[in-house]
Amino acid sequence: MIEVRNLTKRYGDLMAIRDVSFNVARGEILGFLGPNGAGKTTTMRILTGFMPATSGTVTVDGFDVFESSFEVRRRIGYLPETPPLYTDMTVESYLQFVARIKAVPRSDIADAVARVSATCGLTDVRGRLTGHLSKGYRQRVGLAQALIHDPPVLVLDEPTIGLDPRQIIEIRKLIRELAGNRTVILSTHILPEVSQICEKVVILAAGRIALEERMENLLKQGLSLEEIFLQAISKEEALEEAEAQAEAGAEAP
Amino acid sequence: MKNALAIAAREIRSYFVSPVAYVVLTGFLLLSGWFFFNLLARFSYLLQIYGSMGRGGAELERLNLNEFVISPLLHNLSVVLVILIPMITMRTFAEEKRLGTFELLLTSPLRVGEIVAGKFLGALVFVTLMLSLTAIYPILLVVYGDPEMGIMLSGYLGLFLVAASFLSIGLLTSSLTENQIIAAVSSLVALLLLYVISWPADTSTPTIGAVLHYLSVTEHFSEFVKGVIDSRALAYFVSLIAAALFLTHRSVESLRWR
Repeated sequence: MIEVRNLTKRYGDLMAIRDVSFNVARGEILGFLGPNGAGKTTTMRILTGFMPATSGTVTVDGFDVFESSFEVRRRIGYLPETPPLYTDMTVESYLQFVARIKAVPRSDIADAVARVSATCGLTDVRGRLTGHLSKGYRQRVGLAQALIHDPPVLVLDEPTIGLDPRQIIEIRKLIRELAGNRTVILSTHILPEVSQICEKVVILAAGRIALEERMENLLKQGLSLEEIFLQAISKEEALEEAEAQAEAGAEAP
Repeated sequence: MKNALAIAAREIRSYFVSPVAYVVLTGFLLLSGWFFFNLLARFSYLLQIYGSMGRGGAELERLNLNEFVISPLLHNLSVVLVILIPMITMRTFAEEKRLGTFELLLTSPLRVGEIVAGKFLGALVFVTLMLSLTAIYPILLVVYGDPEMGIMLSGYLGLFLVAASFLSIGLLTSSLTENQIIAAVSSLVALLLLYVISWPADTSTPTIGAVLHYLSVTEHFSEFVKGVIDSRALAYFVSLIAAALFLTHRSVESLRWR
């Protein structure tokens, strides 16, 4: 469903991600792991067509993100790191607006808003301003917004960040329920979350893929996810250091 | 087109749920009322003086409402627009970038043109409302006096075109930054410059002078206020709006390519 090939993104001199490739099959939930600053958000922003890569390709459902950006954007529901809320709108009018710009047919808008409000537990706060909601509710409105056009692909950037433990459990449950035949990419640095929800794991460290493996194969190794994560990251960081040293060596006479 | 309307509708709504719309409308009406009152008071004072000096006929004919009330009123309002329009447009793009809602717009199946058109349309509806509220003064004049209708309408068309071009420039500066103050100040500077750009025209070489005259908003606006709808002036405003919106389009699109 999603194919990422040799993706590289440069911000001036900084290499945010380099040569990142991975696949996500239809209906799979992919856990996207990595320390802060590893390039998770950058990768997701490229995937959703928010910004272009310096090189490399991404296809979603057979459509290239750069060439048929429009088709890709129709098929993706995206929850950015901070939910993109207009704080002066009520939950209901906000969702109606998003439905309109996501090309939900006019006659289906009321149904779509009712559906996602029910799924995300927003029915009681439909009339409240999004700016007055608690963090947990804002996150849910963000999720509802991503679901409104019933997209086959969901991209969620740290959907459980800043929530209390009960809310985290609720959101996880929600994501699992939503998955069904949807393809989900979920970024996080909470490891237990991944072992609970995801079927496949990609670990990103210093802008590179450190590990791409199916969950069941990882569990067979008998190591905890923490250990696997730390191993993968330290390997990547050692590589980075060696590279830096080699460069310094090459420059010295 | 449907998408542009959705964005315009949201835009208009956000003007009116925040205090911005009410503060701007009140301020504009207060100032325009003050201008109108004073211009009219001066006009009736002049009438009295002329009357008491026993002059009549041709000299009294020269005193007319269009030239002594409406024309200066419209000119004053255009100066107020220079200051108020940047405050109306400063949030359009800058705030979206700060709130993160720009990410929503750019990852939705929308064309950049639809986003820009929607924002422009929303602001234009608001400003049209603002200008039409001041129509009460010309209406009073029509009821109690005898001004030329045609000249008045052409003056208002001019004011509308000035407002629309100012809006498009305001959108452009807002699209360049995520800081609303920077957006407001830079569009204020740009608008003021456009307003006074012809000042050195008469002392410079004829070619440069002609160019500066042509670039000036005031010069074209004055034609409309005098009741002259010149196709050159129309072309000026339309191309100014088109150029500013085109640059806004490029600037929004470039966010994708940075």
